[in-house]
Amino acid sequence: MKFLVCISNVPDTTTKIVFADNKGLNPAGVQFIINPYDEIALTRALEIKEALGGTVTVINVGGAGTEPNIRKALAIGADDAIRINAEPTDAFFVAAQIAEVVKKNQYDVILTGRESIDYNGAQVAGMLAEILGMPGVTVATKLDIAGTQATVEREIDGGKEVVSLSLPFVASAQKGMAEPRIPNMRGIMTARTKPLTVLEAVASEMHTASVAYELPPAKQACKMISPDHVSELVDLLHSEAKVI
Amino acid sequence: MSVLVFAENWEGRFKKSTFEAISYAGEIARQMGTSATAVVIGNASDEDMKALGKYGASKVLFLKNDKLNTLEPGVYTSILAQAAKSCEAKVVIISYTYTGKAIAPRIAVRLKGGLVSGAIALPTGLNPFTVRKKCFSGKGLTDVVVNAEVKVIAITPNSYKLNTGTGEAALEALAFTLNDGDLKVVSKEIKKSSGKVALTEAEIVVSAGRGMKGPENWGMIEQLAEALGAATACSKPVADMGWRPHHEHVGQTGITIGPNLYIAIGISGAIQHLAGVSSSKVIVVINSDAEAPFFKAADYGIVGDAFQIVPQLVEAVKRLKAAHN
Repeated sequence: MKFLVCISNVPDTTTKIVFADNKGLNPAGVQFIINPYDEIALTRALEIKEALGGTVTVINVGGAGTEPNIRKALAIGADDAIRINAEPTDAFFVAAQIAEVVKKNQYDVILTGRESIDYNGAQVAGMLAEILGMPGVTVATKLDIAGTQATVEREIDGGKEVVSLSLPFVASAQKGMAEPRIPNMRGIMTARTKPLTVLEAVASEMHTASVAYELPPAKQACKMISPDHVSELVDLLHSEAKVI
Repeated sequence: MSVLVFAENWEGRFKKSTFEAISYAGEIARQMGTSATAVVIGNASDEDMKALGKYGASKVLFLKNDKLNTLEPGVYTSILAQAAKSCEAKVVIISYTYTGKAIAPRIAVRLKGGLVSGAIALPTGLNPFTVRKKCFSGKGLTDVVVNAEVKVIAITPNSYKLNTGTGEAALEALAFTLNDGDLKVVSKEIKKSSGKVALTEAEIVVSAGRGMKGPENWGMIEQLAEALGAATACSKPVADMGWRPHHEHVGQTGITIGPNLYIAIGISGAIQHLAGVSSSKVIVVINSDAEAPFFKAADYGIVGDAFQIVPQLVEAVKRLKAAHN
């Protein structure tokens, strides 16, 4: 079984976001990590591979600066990696690049995270499924495969739904699908020699562009209420904030 | 040249996020000098569909088929694409719900359009078509220009006000041929959340953290939620320790919510937690530690012992509700 796991290079969850001239993230001092949801997808792919056999390839669309995190994915256990050498300008561009690789290499299962924590778009998985003409399941909390059939649990508004579908397919991972692994020393050592193929991007249309950035407006100072007058809070929420 | 809006329903019922999407589509249509057409897939009543006119839909294209009562992303995309073609839609509006997240990217690709997911306001301009959304998990805002001819906008629930008009939408059945082989994602089981109010749709959320000291102390949290008609949530450590189920975990790696009121009890307010709740309109923080970082992100705060404060809050809310009912 051939897995392709799409990984994104994103600022660590603790990053204080600073924009450079409102044109984009100021990367100074920012630690980049594998997008946490992508790491969940990677771990589940490895678990299934270990049970059923196969290979796990990771793919990233990004400049050479993403290679430390690609190596980390190899250290966690992926067999090989592909980097598309281009800035990921929008989700459609990224999906178009990955789709090109899928068409050539025929993967059985293509996984992404449910969204990246930088642009929070939740777009690549759905776009990939559509470009490739495959069934897709988004925000999946469980994934099991038996033969050519997959059983997937996905989030729906107000609960969860269990669905079944045939391989090949695309799914995006939500927390719950697997617990991320910490790479061990042997993994780190072998990651150095695992194949990492760099490919040039294919031409793609630019459907969207983020043109300006700003920080959200600062909150007004918190209004403190004495613990001896708790009912005052309820009155303020009712008459001032008008939320209850 | 209508604005098309997907009117999502749950077992035939429309919810507030659908009305918001229609209101949003109606306003964009008004600005563009055209009308909004809604698409309904599933078993909504004629009466409920006509009532979508109140929010700004002049027409409803509906498709009733028992095989389509649950989401099949590819088929839903085909239906929306057919509707978009029939009314030559250049703008398609979808709620940024779980269903919306499944179909918005597909419809964008199908129509060769550009997608902005998680929009939080009306376009700031129609030419170029520019829409604001959050980025970096709520830590930033970005303006996205859609260059493609077709614009697909997934609007964040609880971010746009409801339009309250009077009209009635005209109903028209959509002729769509469904072949059995089209249903590639087959629904096997629906598991409804046990909570009385679904977290992602809740207008009020009561959330608690490690400050509660143990799962046995959640009774008062549930009482407060019940008094307020709120959903319950929790912080990451609480879910990781198994005090509460994972589906209640809000934060950067859990569920992202944007209720009108978020009450955080015994949660210090790590940056990852804030990322999941920063869209909340009003934040109340109750914590025994006056230095808890959450107070900086809060609108109202009480420094004190939750075990003393929460029961008093429950009583105060009950008194308020009794006085106004």
